[in-house]
Amino acid sequence: MKAKVKLERKDRLIKLSLLVVAFSAISVLAIITIFIFEQGTPIMFKYGLKSFLFGQDWYPSEKSFGLLPMIVGSLLVTFGALILGVPLGLGSAIFLTEFSHRRLARVLKPFIELLAGIPSVVYGFMGLMFLVPFIRERFGGPGLSVLAASIILGIMILPTVISISIDSIRAVPDSYREGSIALGATRWQTVRMVVLPAARSGIIAGIILGMGRAIGETMAVIMVAGNAADIPGSILAPVRTLTSNIALEMAYASGEHRQALFATGVILFVIIMILNTVANVTSARQRKR
Amino acid sequence: MGNLLRLKPRTEQKIAQFFMYSLTSVAVIVLVFILVVILKNGLPQLNLEFLTKNPVDMGRGGGILSTIVATIFLTFIALLVATPLGVGTAIYLTEYTVESRITRIIRFGAECLAGIPSIIFGLFGFILFVNKLKFGWSILSGGLTLAFMVLPTIIRTSEEAIKAVPSCYRLVSFSLGSTRWQTVTRVVLPSAIPGIVTGVILSIGRSIGETAAVIFTAGSALRLPSSVFSSSRTMAVHFYILAKEGVSMPKAYGTAAVLVISILIINVITYYLMEKYIRRKS
Repeated sequence: MKAKVKLERKDRLIKLSLLVVAFSAISVLAIITIFIFEQGTPIMFKYGLKSFLFGQDWYPSEKSFGLLPMIVGSLLVTFGALILGVPLGLGSAIFLTEFSHRRLARVLKPFIELLAGIPSVVYGFMGLMFLVPFIRERFGGPGLSVLAASIILGIMILPTVISISIDSIRAVPDSYREGSIALGATRWQTVRMVVLPAARSGIIAGIILGMGRAIGETMAVIMVAGNAADIPGSILAPVRTLTSNIALEMAYASGEHRQALFATGVILFVIIMILNTVANVTSARQRKR
Repeated sequence: MGNLLRLKPRTEQKIAQFFMYSLTSVAVIVLVFILVVILKNGLPQLNLEFLTKNPVDMGRGGGILSTIVATIFLTFIALLVATPLGVGTAIYLTEYTVESRITRIIRFGAECLAGIPSIIFGLFGFILFVNKLKFGWSILSGGLTLAFMVLPTIIRTSEEAIKAVPSCYRLVSFSLGSTRWQTVTRVVLPSAIPGIVTGVILSIGRSIGETAAVIFTAGSALRLPSSVFSSSRTMAVHFYILAKEGVSMPKAYGTAAVLVISILIINVITYYLMEKYIRRKS
């Protein structure tokens, strides 16, 4: 009897320590938030939030910390990545789930997922070696451009978009398809009018996650974007994103300059958290159904 | 008028199918192209000397031994910290509690952490480990930063692996009079091990390829690390510097090939384990 009581006490102790461990992820999230905001927000308030968000000049040595070019830059390349990555990714997902041979899908899906592991620097390097010279020769400009960054990011988000879309299309019950085909619809009509609407929230969550990946990507973008801190005049002009702004200058920044880089981090962090929450809510909605 | 513009359903189906087929081909061709270029240019660079000699003259000559060693050390530290935390979290979520507000908060935290860009981890690691805790640019700072980055991956895969253990195992163990902890350590964990290992291997792959979070925490010194406090350049960082600064394209390709091959091997193993132990059971 005594031994049993001892065992139970031990079990309670273990439960408590596991609870503490279980809070590690959320505490890490909290610590990161606190540190980034603690380092980044004072300077934002010192010079005014407006001058950070809408200022067009980034001259850290003259205490001019306008982040608008970088905010616009991040949004532009992310938008470009979606224009390329979403049709390619969604099209591939539809093909692999609804039209291709099962065996082809069984080979291609893992292959595409494997490629999600290729480091971002490798994608950037490929862009630098092939895409940038190609754009420079064909379309003019320096080659290092909004276009190059968008294409590289579009390729990088492909695995994310494809594999999440495949999962949510597969989650649509077969009875839906059978019902539609029994009513005389073609396969494509079934996909367009029955399957895609039913898989919508999962697909949207995948796209949002891809978007988060594109906005947060750093090294690949630095290598192909040209990094000029001006609002680009065309898609062939160089561009600097929020992430590259941090990575390019962090190595030598100090004092207020460094704080301004953390402020850049704060803005990036807020954008990502909004995207995460939206993706979370959308995929939760699909799960509920 | 509307009828004239509308295609026959069959024709529409053919066009759509062709369109989807082309999109898939483009996606696959692009991805294959990247792989082929890296291997074609990189493999000729690979030989024993490349893998066993330290870089000479900022990477223009010699091999990449010190960067391989740094990568291994860094990854090892990251997993040493992240694995117990991640597996512990997964055990708590699956075995010690029911769905509640607390589990939702924990899961939300893990999911948000998974979405944070690596450059933010880099900034955070720089301020906390390098500056505040005075570890300096070091393997330790880099490893701890990576640990936080891979934590969500380990939590998620371990949770899936533990959930895939049939509940009758637990019932039998309880009916024999064992406590919850005995059940977890002697029954649940042994059968969940392959799935947990999968998560760990997946995290190794991510740590090896990471650049942005590592470059500001582990630094980029090109020498063999002597302790956890020495600054070191990992393979990914080395590759980035070789390529970005145009130091040496052949060496860059060689490093890229080593990186890509090791990550592909790791991912193939992971995929195999996943298929075998997690997806089959669930």
